[in-house]
Amino acid sequence: MMRIPFAAMLGLFFTGVYFFMAIFAGWIAPYGMAEVVGDSWEPWSWAHPLGTDSIGRDLLSRMIWGGQTTIFVATMGTILSFTLGSVLGFIAAVRGGWIDQLLSRLVDLMMSIPSLISALVVLSVMPVTLPILIIVMGVLDATRVFRLSRAVAVDITVMDYVEAARLRGEKQLWIIFREILPNALSPLIAEMGLRFIFMVLFISTLSFLGLGVQPPMADWGGIVKENKDAIVYGVPAALVPAFAIASLAISVNLVADWVLNRTTSLKGGRG
Amino acid sequence: MSDVLLEVKDLKIEATAYPPGEPPQDITIVEGVSFAVDKGKVLGLIGESGAGKSTIGLSAMAYGRGGVRITGGEVMVNGRDILQIGSAGLRGLRGKEVTYVAQSAAAAFNPAKKLMEQVIEATLHHKLMTKEEAEARAISLFDQLGLPKPETIGNRYPHQVSGGQLQRVMTAMALCPKPDLVIFDEPTTALDVTTQIDVLAAIKKAIRDTGVSALYITHDLAVVAQIADDIMVLQSGQMVEYGTTDHIINSPTEEYTQALVSVRSVKHVEQTSGAPVLSVNGITARYKGTKFDVLKDVTVDLPEGQTLAIVGESGSGKSTLARVITGLLPPSDGEILFDGRTLAPDFEKRTRDDLREIQMIYQMADTAMNPRQTIGTIIGRPLEFYFGLRGAEKRKRVQELLDDIEMGEGFIDRYPAELSGGQKQRVCIARALAAKPRMIICDEVTSALDPLVAAGILKLLLNLQKRENVAYLFITHDLATVRAIADSIAVMYQGRVVRYGNKTEVLSPPFDDYTDLLLSSVPEMELGWLERTIANRKMEAAGN
Repeated sequence: MMRIPFAAMLGLFFTGVYFFMAIFAGWIAPYGMAEVVGDSWEPWSWAHPLGTDSIGRDLLSRMIWGGQTTIFVATMGTILSFTLGSVLGFIAAVRGGWIDQLLSRLVDLMMSIPSLISALVVLSVMPVTLPILIIVMGVLDATRVFRLSRAVAVDITVMDYVEAARLRGEKQLWIIFREILPNALSPLIAEMGLRFIFMVLFISTLSFLGLGVQPPMADWGGIVKENKDAIVYGVPAALVPAFAIASLAISVNLVADWVLNRTTSLKGGRG
Repeated sequence: MSDVLLEVKDLKIEATAYPPGEPPQDITIVEGVSFAVDKGKVLGLIGESGAGKSTIGLSAMAYGRGGVRITGGEVMVNGRDILQIGSAGLRGLRGKEVTYVAQSAAAAFNPAKKLMEQVIEATLHHKLMTKEEAEARAISLFDQLGLPKPETIGNRYPHQVSGGQLQRVMTAMALCPKPDLVIFDEPTTALDVTTQIDVLAAIKKAIRDTGVSALYITHDLAVVAQIADDIMVLQSGQMVEYGTTDHIINSPTEEYTQALVSVRSVKHVEQTSGAPVLSVNGITARYKGTKFDVLKDVTVDLPEGQTLAIVGESGSGKSTLARVITGLLPPSDGEILFDGRTLAPDFEKRTRDDLREIQMIYQMADTAMNPRQTIGTIIGRPLEFYFGLRGAEKRKRVQELLDDIEMGEGFIDRYPAELSGGQKQRVCIARALAAKPRMIICDEVTSALDPLVAAGILKLLLNLQKRENVAYLFITHDLATVRAIADSIAVMYQGRVVRYGNKTEVLSPPFDDYTDLLLSSVPEMELGWLERTIANRKMEAAGN
């Protein structure tokens, strides 16, 4: 029986709670997402445990629905960026030559523009819907994943066992998925935790700037934006989503750290 | 005062292991080791990897590498116990009374500083001489060690001298502060055999001239026999046998020592050549983007079911030849014939059956197996890939192969990291055999292994050859291995085959110059070999 360290346990617990609330938001949230139930910025009470927001919607319900959007967009974005980035990175490493050059220089080009700026430019001319958001964020973030997975895979492709597989006549795909991927997994998993957090921050930033999730849909960045004026009046409504973002970030990182520790000590695999 | 310089009594060395998922535990690395070195004498410490020989050697300067702790016993240097003198005392000892020569000189030098600066650094630090005196002494040591241009070589940077020269410069560095004791930790292991003999002779002469005592650590009994007065044989941190060199080499009493002495006893009766399974015809090859031919007009034949040994030092092109044959490096000229038909130069253009017929075993078994696959997967994959075996049938065949390599039950679900070095190499052999090839390229397959383990692998390869009638292209720099298993030999030097023929033919005079140099450089397990060889060479040089 493996022992889970306390920090990882804590991370697992909070990550679990957030994901649970996101998945079952429809059952858990006491009110609808855009339902106006009271005055603006009501204080915390039994009816509204976190008070109400700028136009009198229940903040707890908004948080839960918003968490669903934020976590959904971040998760899909991470999955997209990992699939795209790691597959292209591995292909670049395995094939080398002009394919590697083309992909790597393209990624350099994309990385030379700050990703927030490229996202803002693209989103200002495209209709801002969830799929578009996910694609824009996923593609922009895939450049980082590409860099990492290519660097890791380049180290692995020169190993004798990869050469042995090539000499056996194995196909590219077998080499990528059976020889390279299992050995590249631990740095990639650590990166995945980190990337997920950046995704949460990214979508929150976009929403805060008004180019992310569009009202009346809720998401944490958007809730901060809607309630930022409340801080002037001493109402903590904007701090609640900020706290949620921070605690989710820390929890996921604690889990990612633990997974990294476990996979690197697994049967003498590479570090 | 007696003339005992170093006396170690009942040494005990421990380290802490951190097994995953369990609390840390102390493990004993060395226990109950005692020895003494007189002034001007050399003690050889010999054993396989993990025997604790380097750890014991470093204890003579009270140093434990990588968390290793000396927890018991006494280490007396010049009559005082250095385990009790504290860190200030040790600073005065290290680099002054006791110095150290590391295995890999290339890694031990600072590439950004000139050699002279590094050679005299410890001497100046301890304020033993003025800078001018130290430099003068370094130059005289360079001269003693037979380095070219002793006056100016100190002005060079480490990358501007060869590996053998660098090792001699490091010896000069160790001898410069006029120490009482020098620890030589495998100083010639990383060198080519033709370079090793020069360095060995230089070290021996320097030891004799300066009257210093030395601990000489190595895994090669033939090397230590040339240089040591006494030898201590170690196995897993315990002393096995301790005596004079003459006693250890000529009349060892312990079984383990006897095995070490007779380790090169694998014998193979040479076969006369038959029809070639592989013919290499006039191959010339260069690496992409370079203008230098690594292989020049190489032509050799590998007869069916026999062994062709490719011998040469590093950089002679022997591994490149393997890359050309496997198709990893298409040649710029010449062709490879397999079974009479021409093979495609690029392996990607070869048929699956062509690929199956030529298998490869690598030098480093560690990197030749995917650490995330079980032994069953590693050996099973060629079975599945070439013969379509699956499920229980595949597992049964894998077990048969494991039996063939003398590993038996219980390994099939293990990971490579759970095997010893020799076992890993055996699994690689099984993976090659699984494809039922007609020939296997063995690239330095025993170089990374301890002598006893290597002998076991060679015996296994010979047995399998008899049974499966598979041909080996055996690439090695070790002539003892060649003597043991080859039917025919090709000697390579700077990309050319300088000598090629049956084993007896190649290994009998008259020799060409290079083969003569190569053959005479292999240390023999007898006393006085080094002096005899050097004397012979001097006579020949005088004769010319």
